[in-house]
Amino acid sequence: MKYLPTIGIECHVQLATKTKLFSEVDNDARGKEPNSCVSPVDYALPGMLPRLNGEAIRLAILAGRAMNCKINSHSRFDRKHYFYPDSPKGYQITQFYEPIIGEGFVELPSGTKIRIEHAHLEGDAGKLTHFDTYSLVDLNRVDTPLIEIVSMPDIHSAKDAHDYCKELWRLMIFAGVSYGDLYNGNMRFDVNISLAPETSKELGTRAEIKNLNSFRSVERAVEYEITRQTKLLEKGEKIIQETRGWNDASGKTTAQRSKEEAKDYRYMPEPDLPPINLSADFIDTESAKLPPMPKDYRDKFHGIIADDILEIMLDYPQLINKTNEIDQKHLKSISNLFVSVLLAEEKSAEFLNDLPSAKDLNELAEMNEKKELSSTATKEVFLRLFDPQMKNRGAKNIAKELGLIQENDLGALEKIVDIVLAKPETKKAQDDYKNGEQKVIGFLVGQVMKESKGKANPSAVQDILKKKLA
Amino acid sequence: MKIANKTVSAERLVRDALEKAKHFADYNIFTFLNEEGAIARAREIDARIKKGEKVGRLAGVPYAMKENFLSPDGETTASAHILQGFTSPITATSIAKLEEEGAIMIGRTNMDAFAHGSSTENSYFGPTLNSHDKTRVAGGSSGGSAVAVALDIVEFATGTDTGGSIRQPASFNGIYGLKPTYGCISRYGVVAMASSTDCIGFFTKTPDDMDLLMSIASGQDSKDLTTLPDYYNNEEKNPNPQKIGIIKDFDNDSVDSEIRNALASKIDLLKTKGHEIIELEMPALKYALAAYYIIVPAEIASNLSRYDGIRYGFRSDDSKDLDTLYNNTRNEGFMPENKRRIMIGNFVLSSGFYDAYFLKAAKARTLIIKEYKNAFKKCDYILTPVAPNPAFKLGEKTGDPVAMYLEDVMSVPLNLAGVPGLTIPAGKTKNGLPIGLQLIGPRRSDKSLIKFSKELM
Repeated sequence: MKYLPTIGIECHVQLATKTKLFSEVDNDARGKEPNSCVSPVDYALPGMLPRLNGEAIRLAILAGRAMNCKINSHSRFDRKHYFYPDSPKGYQITQFYEPIIGEGFVELPSGTKIRIEHAHLEGDAGKLTHFDTYSLVDLNRVDTPLIEIVSMPDIHSAKDAHDYCKELWRLMIFAGVSYGDLYNGNMRFDVNISLAPETSKELGTRAEIKNLNSFRSVERAVEYEITRQTKLLEKGEKIIQETRGWNDASGKTTAQRSKEEAKDYRYMPEPDLPPINLSADFIDTESAKLPPMPKDYRDKFHGIIADDILEIMLDYPQLINKTNEIDQKHLKSISNLFVSVLLAEEKSAEFLNDLPSAKDLNELAEMNEKKELSSTATKEVFLRLFDPQMKNRGAKNIAKELGLIQENDLGALEKIVDIVLAKPETKKAQDDYKNGEQKVIGFLVGQVMKESKGKANPSAVQDILKKKLA
Repeated sequence: MKIANKTVSAERLVRDALEKAKHFADYNIFTFLNEEGAIARAREIDARIKKGEKVGRLAGVPYAMKENFLSPDGETTASAHILQGFTSPITATSIAKLEEEGAIMIGRTNMDAFAHGSSTENSYFGPTLNSHDKTRVAGGSSGGSAVAVALDIVEFATGTDTGGSIRQPASFNGIYGLKPTYGCISRYGVVAMASSTDCIGFFTKTPDDMDLLMSIASGQDSKDLTTLPDYYNNEEKNPNPQKIGIIKDFDNDSVDSEIRNALASKIDLLKTKGHEIIELEMPALKYALAAYYIIVPAEIASNLSRYDGIRYGFRSDDSKDLDTLYNNTRNEGFMPENKRRIMIGNFVLSSGFYDAYFLKAAKARTLIIKEYKNAFKKCDYILTPVAPNPAFKLGEKTGDPVAMYLEDVMSVPLNLAGVPGLTIPAGKTKNGLPIGLQLIGPRRSDKSLIKFSKELM
């Protein structure tokens, strides 16, 4: 029997606000001492009350609009209770009943649409580090604003699961709501997956794989689960509804907690925070601030930049941003340089944050298109534009200094060709060519290039040679 | 109230208060006396008076602070074992406002632990005794504060009222006690009991003192998003003549006859002063106590979750893992009444029970809010007893939690509705126990309410 996997994904996105969701302390704890970004509110001293960060509301609106979601004019917070040292208050402030972001959809590069059920605002938890006989608690991350994006069960393959997560990540980056640093947990994915016979109308029993932090691990975990659940079903066994953990090293999921052990979070309306009521005007004004999204660039550059090149560039907002400054006619060649040269460099991450000026890039593309630079020379000059010693001189000067400008003057080229043809060591090749051995023209072009010290335009040289030997 | 000036020094006022506090030590009013701090503060104020500098409206006025207000002066324990050793780095907004005007805290007052109770018997520090009869309870939960004012140790005291915790001890001790409109005074820096009903208020000896304190402490606070925009000082309506509502259901055999007589005589007094008395039907109020004892324990269970022994306060030794640390700390750190409410609260919030209990109680609450709104279309104020009985004997109700909860039947509806209520002294029983009545107004009528209470003098 064939089984159809059905997958729904919950994604936590840390919002890049200056301060925390409910207090005024720094929200960016990168490189800071543990427990140094913690206010009495986050620390849950007695008598402390949450305040609401308006910036988080604005970013949530942008995130929602990036996913084509309805923004709810009325939303409110609830308390979700559990005891663990990562939760100083003993509850998480979240939006269980009335979330700020309503229904919408995310369109994958393939065109497949994944519906969004809702997304809600909530505070993140702290972090525990476990040692042999003790554990340490770091509350820096407590009440960092999160939005939790809940998809509909519209995903049916490991690849789409991967693509959905990646597209979400792009949307959040392009909307400017998150740093999107997966390594530091800025986005985390929980995947619900069940299998049912293709002909069945009902869904199977699902397993939830918690806390995946890369697109690749999402894809691999889904692949693993499809195999595991298929095997069980084929043996006639039942799938247990449970939470499973993913081990990246072993490439396996393992059972963590069954449904029976599931916690009762005892949700309750948050009495310390009034409901969020947003006017239609406010929602419209904030929504209008949404920058162009990946889909907009796909539409804009279709037929200009190759689709596969553009998809790669969409992973690097710095590159996409640069396209706004570059002459339309050079977009194709510069995009190729970005993807095939820049991204292949070891230091590409560093380079991305210090891209050459649009003027230099346009100049470089211009020289290449006018055949003043060979493609090899273009790549060389392009890389020099990242060299702190040289970049300030500009593309044209760098090309000149390196002696990379090609000779395109036909009169001058003819003279060089004549010199080469007069050389005795080329005599045999000339005869061979005349006798129909056309490939020896390459040898002759090479000799001319050598004579010109590499500056000659090889295709022009070939044309001249062909004429002269005809 | 007596305010320090060139002839009466703040230090004199503070020393007198401290002396009286020590004199009445057997009443178990204070959990901490702020001797050094208060005298130092008094000297600062005296120095400023001497130099002719401007001092605040409460310059040198000694006051008592309920144990659940955060301030760096003394430990903030809310009279609970689990907060032993906790000194706050923060000052509550209300306290900061009072101190800015020169008020001087001479001590922290005893209370039912976490304000759970109506007698101050649920304190880790033992009960506070009634100011008029040492064999009886002070009322609660703000019992220490009420007795401190009633015994004239201080000019005023702070309190919190979640279901009657200011009004009932004020009534048991024969003084004024105000539960303002919900959101009138910032809750920031006050140990939370039930966030949606907690109110900060005061005990005073006169309505004018109450008005002064309210004009200082009220107002919107960016640290408490449930505070209302400033209104207290802008609200005042013509006091005379008014329509006063009385509630038939709160004037029957279940109420002590001497309290009923006191109510009747005050009604007569109002009539003679030209006010109109109307009878109100408020049937939804009969759901108030049940709704209160669902909503409030739910919020209590939630608000007390933070006391886990991990970050501050008491931690039980000898816990071999995280679960036993939580269990032992909370088991040893909370009083039986705390635990009872935590268990009720967690039960009503449990999945499968939420709709049947919490949601239903929330609906009853909406009905009660509507009922008050309708009532205040028919009348300006409502006059009722505060509690069905005067101060009861120590230990009389500790064995029967429900009997204790029934003491709150007339006070809790106001907290559910968020309307203000002022306890007014209304004489004594023949045994010499104070009787208090409760004057209730619509939301934001606090100032008029205080002014109007003078009509009952």
